[in-house]
Amino acid sequence: MSEPILMKGNEAVAEAAIAAGCRYFFGYPITPQSEVLEQLARRLPEVGGAYVQAESEVSAINMVFGAASAGARVMTASSSPGISLMQEGISYIASAQLPAVLVNIMRGAPGLGGIHPSQADYFQSVKGGGHGDYRLVVLAPSSVQELIDHTVLAFELAEKYRTPVMVFGDAMMGQMMEPVVLPDTEPYPVHRPWATTGMKGGRGPNIVHTLYLPADKLEQHCQRLFAKYAEIERNEQRSVQYLTEDADIVVVAFGIMSRVARAAVEMAREHGIRAGLFRPVTLWPFPAAALREAASQARLVMAAEISMGQMVEDVRLAIQGRVPVTLFNRIGLVPNPDEIFERIRKEAREVQLVNG
Amino acid sequence: MKKEFLLAGFGGQGVLTMGLFLAYAGIAEGKKVSYVPSYGAEMRGGTANCLVTLSDREISSPLVSDPGVVVVMNQASLLKFEPVVRPGGILLINGSLVHRDTKRTDITSYFIPAAELAAEAGLPRGSNMVVLGALLEATDAVDPSGTYNYLVKTFKGKYLDKMALNMAAMEAGRQFIRQQRAVRQASIA
Amino acid sequence: MAKGYQRPSTLLDRPWHFCPGCNHGIAHRLVAEVVEEMGMVEKTVGVGSVGCGVFAYEYFNFDGIGPSHGRAPAVATGVKRVLPDHLVFTYQGDGDLAAIGTTEMVHSAVRGENITVIFVNNTLYGMTGGQMAPTTLTGQVTTTSPRGRGREQGFPFRVSEMLATLEGAAYVTRVALFNPAQVVRAKKAIRKAFEVQMQGLGFSLVEVLSACPTNWGLAPLEALKFVEEKMLPTYPLGEFKVPEGVKA
Ligand SMILES: Cc1ncc(C[n+]2csc(CCOP(=O)(O)OP(=O)(O)O)c2C)c(N)n1
Repeated sequence: MSEPILMKGNEAVAEAAIAAGCRYFFGYPITPQSEVLEQLARRLPEVGGAYVQAESEVSAINMVFGAASAGARVMTASSSPGISLMQEGISYIASAQLPAVLVNIMRGAPGLGGIHPSQADYFQSVKGGGHGDYRLVVLAPSSVQELIDHTVLAFELAEKYRTPVMVFGDAMMGQMMEPVVLPDTEPYPVHRPWATTGMKGGRGPNIVHTLYLPADKLEQHCQRLFAKYAEIERNEQRSVQYLTEDADIVVVAFGIMSRVARAAVEMAREHGIRAGLFRPVTLWPFPAAALREAASQARLVMAAEISMGQMVEDVRLAIQGRVPVTLFNRIGLVPNPDEIFERIRKEAREVQLVNG
Repeated sequence: MKKEFLLAGFGGQGVLTMGLFLAYAGIAEGKKVSYVPSYGAEMRGGTANCLVTLSDREISSPLVSDPGVVVVMNQASLLKFEPVVRPGGILLINGSLVHRDTKRTDITSYFIPAAELAAEAGLPRGSNMVVLGALLEATDAVDPSGTYNYLVKTFKGKYLDKMALNMAAMEAGRQFIRQQRAVRQASIA
Repeated sequence: MAKGYQRPSTLLDRPWHFCPGCNHGIAHRLVAEVVEEMGMVEKTVGVGSVGCGVFAYEYFNFDGIGPSHGRAPAVATGVKRVLPDHLVFTYQGDGDLAAIGTTEMVHSAVRGENITVIFVNNTLYGMTGGQMAPTTLTGQVTTTSPRGRGREQGFPFRVSEMLATLEGAAYVTRVALFNPAQVVRAKKAIRKAFEVQMQGLGFSLVEVLSACPTNWGLAPLEALKFVEEKMLPTYPLGEFKVPEGVKA
């Protein structure tokens, strides 16, 4: 293993993509994601790849569509408003079953919003975003090292299931620095006999498309897609638990918020409150069964997120009304741990876990 | 052991660089490290700050509301961050630019004549290095040699004269804290 | 030259879905013939569009992609960057290219992307039932300009003339299909564009004026006459840009 180096989240994403064998990147500048672009503009030509600065995120995602069709391992990255513009393309990429990795370094919204950290694109990416019946695998790393590991994993899942995979970051994770180690393993192999690379070798034409005009053909297509999604749901749910075994209060948080929540849980334990943390790592597929299990002894479940409350709906669906579910949320910032701790303490009083 | 360092000043004072030095020193010692640069509107207001955490264990939150060590390089930062220093913590103040006493009595404060010491050390723009040296001496959070190693790495063998000046500036900061400590000890005794 | 009328190997043996008198079939065929004649079958990727040409990949006997409405040049950019030695072209209507996809088309040219755009201009949105397009002629009646395109609906968009002003555009020409001589000329233009691409000279675009009898409410022959008499004054034929060293 090589020596850890200090890296900014955005740069880490770029280096992880290269380590994962990605050689093509198409993107458009937007704060707080631009370092991904800048790093790859510098690095990709060095490793025999290409960086193309598109005229918009609409174009960028369609360039991704083309490069993936042509057999390349490819990525784009943006931040919330840009990801909105990509939704059409994501629907097409999902339908055409193209492997592609998308990174969203989320910022405050709606509208132009701000450039603060945010997790408010949960609905957009986890529940749909683009038109039609499709699913997007969404990974939620919580450290700079995980930004690397999950970017690499995203390429693997995209290739394995022929599907777009999104990596969630936020303005803070993109900018913060932590020591990381880049993977030195061989990239997951690219095997795409269906790619439009020219009919060399006498095969018939390969076609990448998304049009199924006869109704029965469209239905079959959707069923095929959803059989694949069911397989992903079976195989790829990921979550991490911390002190949940005996927890009366289970905090559910992803990404940067899970780090803060973890510290809040530690503070609660110091104050004699049995709190635990459940951290979904895949947001889709959402680790519902694991959460239900983790919260089976709990008196209260608290979703903590940087949005007006989006993941909390999946938490409620998972809990199925067995335990009260409450929401801690902030907008435009990553809160300090004591803020969450105070809320845990207040909730603990209310469910009479502690006195006064 | 877990220590948080909030370093604040205005843009161009080398505050973020100080943070990087600390972070690298932590890595050199095998510590867990996180470095969060100030972000958003603050960047435009001309203020710069960063929060560095060094820990023996995995770092849960990279944010804290009450850092144990705070460095303020200008008056605005003192006003803003003096209240957040953890009781029992350390506040290092750039005495060359801040002309206002601290109000806190539950922390240890040092006014460092950073610009003057930097000039004496031959690095007039090296206030940040003086304060960094002071910080290393005052907190013993990391072995100063880790930062020296980082310095060597950064200069990659070039600008050796510059490097020597940087080291001299840091040394001046350390020296200053040692003197202060001696004085304070003497006054207690 | 093959004797008589034969189907090129690059076209599959399938009946066109096009309306009688539509020029899309001819344009498809010309592209297929040039790909065959250049010996590029194994190294061609065609990028279709959304419009009456949406099924292009069902007719061509080479690799094909069906992108979203207007984005073909961006998709082709992605393909070409990965396969720089391949022949990569888009096939787009005027709604696809000159309305929703203007940005992608213009910026592919701005970047001097080594791709070829076959741009079929029939002055309106054929597939969706004959609505007005940016290319609709002044005074022309469509389902969304029922009183004829007037001042409030703006003016015909001369794509080729505009593109010719861009440094990245290497070869830009406008051709038509209203008689056999024009068809021969159109085919030569397509060949030239593909060659410009394979020489790495930059972006090329062949605008093909095309008849849409169904949506114009004209018989096939009248529609050809419409192209010649009504379209040419607004959309004159000719080469607007030819790279240095390539014969005009
Ligand atoms: C985003 C989006 N908007 C609208 C449509 C509907 N649509 C399909 S084809 C078309 C117009 C095609 O016209 P043109 O490009 O001129 O080609 P033609 O059919 O005339 O050959 C439109 C608007 C679509 N498919 N996607």
